[in-house]
Amino acid sequence: MKDNLTGLQDKSYISRIWQGITSLTSGLKLTLVYLFSPSKVVTQQYPENRETLHIPPRFRAQVEMPLDENGNHKCTSCKLCEKNCPNGSISVLVTKDKTGKKALGKYIYRFSQCTLCNICVEVCPTDAIIMGQGFENATTDREALDLTLFKMEGL
Amino acid sequence: MQLEKINTIEKQPGFTASLPKHDNTEEFYVNMGPQHPSTHGVLRLVIQLDGEYVREVVPHLGYIHRSIEKMGENKNYVQYIHLTDRMDYLCAHHNNHCVALAVEKACDIGVPERAEYIRVIVSELQRIQSHLLWWGVFGMDLGAITAFLYGFKERERITMLFDEICGARLTMNYFRPGGVFVDVPDFFEAKVQEILEFIKPSLDEYRTLLTGNSILQERTKGIGLLSKETAINYGCSGPVLRGSGVSYDLRKNAPYSLYPDLEFDVPIGTDGDCWDRYWIRMEEMAQSVKIIEQCLSRFPKEGPVKSKTKPSIKPPKGTHFAQVETARGIFGTWFVSDGTDKPYRIKSRSPNFSNLSVINEMVKGLKIADLVTVLSTLDLVIPDIDR
Amino acid sequence: MEIDINKYPTTNAIGDYVRQLMGVEHKLLATVIDYSMAALGLVIFVSITALFLVYAERKVCAHFQARLGPMRVGYHGILQALADGVKLFFKEGLRPKDSDAVVFYLAPMIPMMATFLILSILPFDHHLQVTDLDGGILFVIAISGFSTFGLLTAGWASNNKYSMIGSMRAAAQMISYEISVALSLLLVVLLSGETSLMKIVYSQQGTVADWWIFKAPVAGFLGAVVFTISSIAETNRGPFDMAEAESELTAGFHTEYSGITFSMFFLAEFMAMFIASALVATCFLGGFLAPQFGVDALDSLLILVPGFVWFLIKAYAVIFVFMWIRWTFPRLRVDQLMAFEWKFLLPVALLNLVFGAVLVAMGWIL
Repeated sequence: MKDNLTGLQDKSYISRIWQGITSLTSGLKLTLVYLFSPSKVVTQQYPENRETLHIPPRFRAQVEMPLDENGNHKCTSCKLCEKNCPNGSISVLVTKDKTGKKALGKYIYRFSQCTLCNICVEVCPTDAIIMGQGFENATTDREALDLTLFKMEGL
Repeated sequence: MQLEKINTIEKQPGFTASLPKHDNTEEFYVNMGPQHPSTHGVLRLVIQLDGEYVREVVPHLGYIHRSIEKMGENKNYVQYIHLTDRMDYLCAHHNNHCVALAVEKACDIGVPERAEYIRVIVSELQRIQSHLLWWGVFGMDLGAITAFLYGFKERERITMLFDEICGARLTMNYFRPGGVFVDVPDFFEAKVQEILEFIKPSLDEYRTLLTGNSILQERTKGIGLLSKETAINYGCSGPVLRGSGVSYDLRKNAPYSLYPDLEFDVPIGTDGDCWDRYWIRMEEMAQSVKIIEQCLSRFPKEGPVKSKTKPSIKPPKGTHFAQVETARGIFGTWFVSDGTDKPYRIKSRSPNFSNLSVINEMVKGLKIADLVTVLSTLDLVIPDIDR
Repeated sequence: MEIDINKYPTTNAIGDYVRQLMGVEHKLLATVIDYSMAALGLVIFVSITALFLVYAERKVCAHFQARLGPMRVGYHGILQALADGVKLFFKEGLRPKDSDAVVFYLAPMIPMMATFLILSILPFDHHLQVTDLDGGILFVIAISGFSTFGLLTAGWASNNKYSMIGSMRAAAQMISYEISVALSLLLVVLLSGETSLMKIVYSQQGTVADWWIFKAPVAGFLGAVVFTISSIAETNRGPFDMAEAESELTAGFHTEYSGITFSMFFLAEFMAMFIASALVATCFLGGFLAPQFGVDALDSLLILVPGFVWFLIKAYAVIFVFMWIRWTFPRLRVDQLMAFEWKFLLPVALLNLVFGAVLVAMGWIL
């Protein structure tokens, strides 16, 4: 690749002009092909293509706590996620439920501090938290980024 | 009023040569950056100019210093990995790899075979991705804006694959001590194969658009000469060092991971000019394709991707070091362990810092346009310099 | 084939109507009204052309780059340029503290002035021309160097080093490329024996083969190529956009300009591109004359299309080439730009002129 292109300076005036013309026209040809092939356009019209947008299932957009149909979560309040979070964006507030057992009272997730490193999801022994794919998280209010993923009733 | 102002220009800090006194001409200082289209980030270069000619360049750093190394002292080893994404954001996998290697060496953690293959494949994809971005930006710096978008077009396929594998496009945080945190999806091999099929014709396209272009060749050949000795003295690495004719690639010279078993060439330049650095990166992309193809042919169909490690990793007391070859050069992580799960001190050796420091040797007497070309072929990522 | 200019209807019908309406008999007043109409027409033409060119540039460059370009404002972003214009109009105009206020605000008007001066002698159609100067070509050569003053003063008045470097580059570049522009225009003067633009157009009557680009073997084509290349440099477009060179000089001579003052530079730049391509069309591609291929059925159809449509089609075809070149090539370095002019373009243009003279002397014109 290198050998046939070096030594441009050593070449004669005429052959430099000739190489210039041929190389420039081949570049022009390439861009012309792109101009006339609409299939090569890569632009995605984002808000319009929301329906067909492919978000990879592993995409890390924000931490979510899935609840089953009865509104139960899988969290055992072990606080591993809180301890492993590098940025202190998770707070697990533990309380006692009606039977007096240790239970999750409130799960606070400060989205503004989160770097989406996935460590909390990895260390969770019960898969109580997952990474969600909802990426449209922009708000105009800083407060709105302090998310409460779970709150026990009556707390 | 303006004349008085010009005459009272003082020598700027950091410059060795004082302003020569001429009767009718005046040398002057220009600030290039921190907001300038071709410094690609918040790098500030103070340039002493004599008309169009560059006399001396003094880089000013620290505009994006986030004290990542200091933050690392308050994080455990697994947590620290995700901070290294934010150093050289175009080589996040390589940086992750380096920290993971250092911890693995310190604690004697083995890595399963499948995990090693995944690591090498995504690292090489990362190298191609980084070089593609560089190629586009290089074109843009030279005024060929179309190249920028062509480069990004192919790069997008690789970032999408990273997105599918680990859920992030830029700050992947994929590697862990002992492997990778999640197995690759089923379609991984097919998808990588598909990307390679796209990359190969694209490399030819790039050759037509820029590499063969005589304007580009006239602008890069013989510009920004960096001698072997200077490159070594300044601690340059990666394509900048290899462009000067020094055959030093950690993948060959101090092999880690699977690289000893893989066959590939290390492209070496002869003159150390911008053209050498340019075509070395183009050639490295082809070599990375070759490496990925070899890995795919031997890719273990199943197996663990992460060896069992203790919940909290506590390396033995002492210092530990590992280094990898990123797309820009040698990235090293050195840490002092005091036996707890958090390092006592962490230090990163970033390739960009050394590569930037040599710039003054290369641009003296060149023109402003050449300074941009040289800066572009150094392929700097500013957050990696400031950390 | 001699065409009687007077058999085409005059386009001063509106002027006549206005004069009749106002009952103007005085000759001076009639002239004033005529030229006011022309000025108004040019302003409208410049606005529409600039808007269209901005849109076309953005759309064409987008498709060169595998993008879509503006898609949101109107159908396929057709109103994007208008929206940009409105935005620029309402933007705050800033002036650096120590800049020279008078020169700073005067500078953007100079390229605009040059634009209007040249537009006023361009023949758009048989009668669609503000005024036909006998020395039209000389006027073009004189005025095209005039916009350099605007760039030079803009860079000087901005009190910014980047602007200063940019304007110095612009001056050096324009003075150099002026020569090959003049030489390739001289070729046309030599071939046609005319200096009025209208007469140059009429000297290309007949079939397509009678256009100067084909009529003078090799010389015409080379002249057109040299003129196109040096026009790109004259209008400060890539790959010769030294004066702006955004990766080196941020924005070159107009770094400190914003809002309406910036948009005047912008407008002048796009109009300069139009003028350059219009001159290529006029001098080498038969201007407003319909292309004739010697096939009666086709020719009678083609001649039905009004002349100014042919003129615009030819001009925009050349503009497309300008865009194509800009969005493919990297920028030259400033010394290479000079070397290209003095070591390649100028010798070629000179030899071409000599060759053209030989062609005329030997009567080898087809």
